[in-house]
Amino acid sequence: MDRILDPVAAIGRVAIGILRGTGAVALFATAAVLHLFRPPFHARLFLRAFAEIGWFSLPVVALTAVFTGMVLALQSYTGFARFNAEGAVANVVVLSITRELGPVLAGLMVAGRIGAAFAAEIGTMRVTDQIDALSTLSTNPMKYLVTPRLLAGTIAMPLLVVVADILGVMGGWLIGTQQLGFSSGAYLKATMDFLQVWDVISGLIKAAVFGFVVTLMGCWFGYTSGGGAQGVGRATTSAVVASSILILATDYVLTAVMFSR
Amino acid sequence: MSDAGRPKIRLRGLRKAFGPKQVLDGVDLDIRAGHSMVILGGSGSGKSVTLKCILGLIEPDAGLIEVDGRDLSKLSRAEREAVNDRIGMLFQNGALFDSLPVWENVCFKLLAQNRITRRAARDKAAEVLEQVGLAPSVGDLSPSELSGGMQKRVGLARAIAAEPDIIFFDEPTTGLDPIMGAVIDGLILDCVKRLGATAVSITHDMASARRIGDDAAMIHKGRIVWTGAAARLGDTGNAMVDQFARGEREGPIQMELRR
Repeated sequence: MDRILDPVAAIGRVAIGILRGTGAVALFATAAVLHLFRPPFHARLFLRAFAEIGWFSLPVVALTAVFTGMVLALQSYTGFARFNAEGAVANVVVLSITRELGPVLAGLMVAGRIGAAFAAEIGTMRVTDQIDALSTLSTNPMKYLVTPRLLAGTIAMPLLVVVADILGVMGGWLIGTQQLGFSSGAYLKATMDFLQVWDVISGLIKAAVFGFVVTLMGCWFGYTSGGGAQGVGRATTSAVVASSILILATDYVLTAVMFSR
Repeated sequence: MSDAGRPKIRLRGLRKAFGPKQVLDGVDLDIRAGHSMVILGGSGSGKSVTLKCILGLIEPDAGLIEVDGRDLSKLSRAEREAVNDRIGMLFQNGALFDSLPVWENVCFKLLAQNRITRRAARDKAAEVLEQVGLAPSVGDLSPSELSGGMQKRVGLARAIAAEPDIIFFDEPTTGLDPIMGAVIDGLILDCVKRLGATAVSITHDMASARRIGDDAAMIHKGRIVWTGAAARLGDTGNAMVDQFARGEREGPIQMELRR
């Protein structure tokens, strides 16, 4: 009988593990957010994290956005040419970039850079007793390590996505005018005519959520890592994988909520 | 009991298990104010867990921890933080923050408590670094640029910078050559004496234990099996302590090769 129930027990264990993990992450995030409203505030650490996320991620996000815009223009031109609808290229590029690809691709790039970096840094601090040392030095580790990073991620990502949106559209414009035969004025007019404020705003809301998710995963897996160098390595991998999956999952949820009629 | 006779730190029936492993199994220990207590014990005997319980880094399953007669489990978070503010700690591997320069490491607690400006912290760090035998210029280095002995000294400087009245030393000489170990012990003695602090060290370095300890206690399998004067180590009449102090293979302590 026991053997028959083994698979059921295994499924139950996995389900309990997932629920327990989700609850633990939720409590961790809540504690970190609550520290935003209680002094002291570590402005210096916030600025350092902001520069790390916002400024130093700029090159990789910019390159991703430009090439994505270029590819979008090429592919949509090929597709729309079959229906004599080449004029829609500018619309497709700007809507795809602002609503979806700008925030999602920037989020995935930042997940690779920042999620991994935060998990490795905080994980190393965990296994070398630096987090315990913070507690003995009149400093709450959560307030010092997690809260400034979460705030920086949530604010910096939308700013990164503004840049990604502009560069993505410029990438499409470049291909449209240099290779596909659009006039510059017509392409930009088509872009602006069809773009609505909500398209941009919705993308920025997604970006803020992705920024929170990426930094939360980096901090969580780093903070809870153990087992020496191998544990830190595992934490880093887990942070990137979990961030990436959560970006795609929350993207679906946010899209469904913001654009369902 | 009067303050004079009351132990600075009092542990009674301290218990802690990690899963099936009972690490602390009823630790009873008194640590006298202004004295230096050395806790001896093999790897995995519960020394570090005892310290972490006192510091509040690990929540014990049961038992009493009193500091200055106050039961720590009955204190509010703010009161508990106030107790911790008076404790300094030297970690085994230094645990220096490698994202900060040495001077900021040394004065971290003072800066965190807003007791000092950043400009004044540099001067204070130079002063404390000199007390542990390091040049003020070391303050501008990163911890990764320091040798193991220098990292211990900086860790010691960080532990004493806020002038705590209790200082914990976790394996202060582990990983150091014997001469550097003796130097660190000397610095610990000087600093503890100058501050008039109560010191608790955990170690399995017998030479170090005799040098820095007034009192000693031996922990084995999560229980205190002996307490007495550190000077008597090696000739206590307790078979376990004497075996441990002499580093003998045969005796009542049998190493568990597999847990």
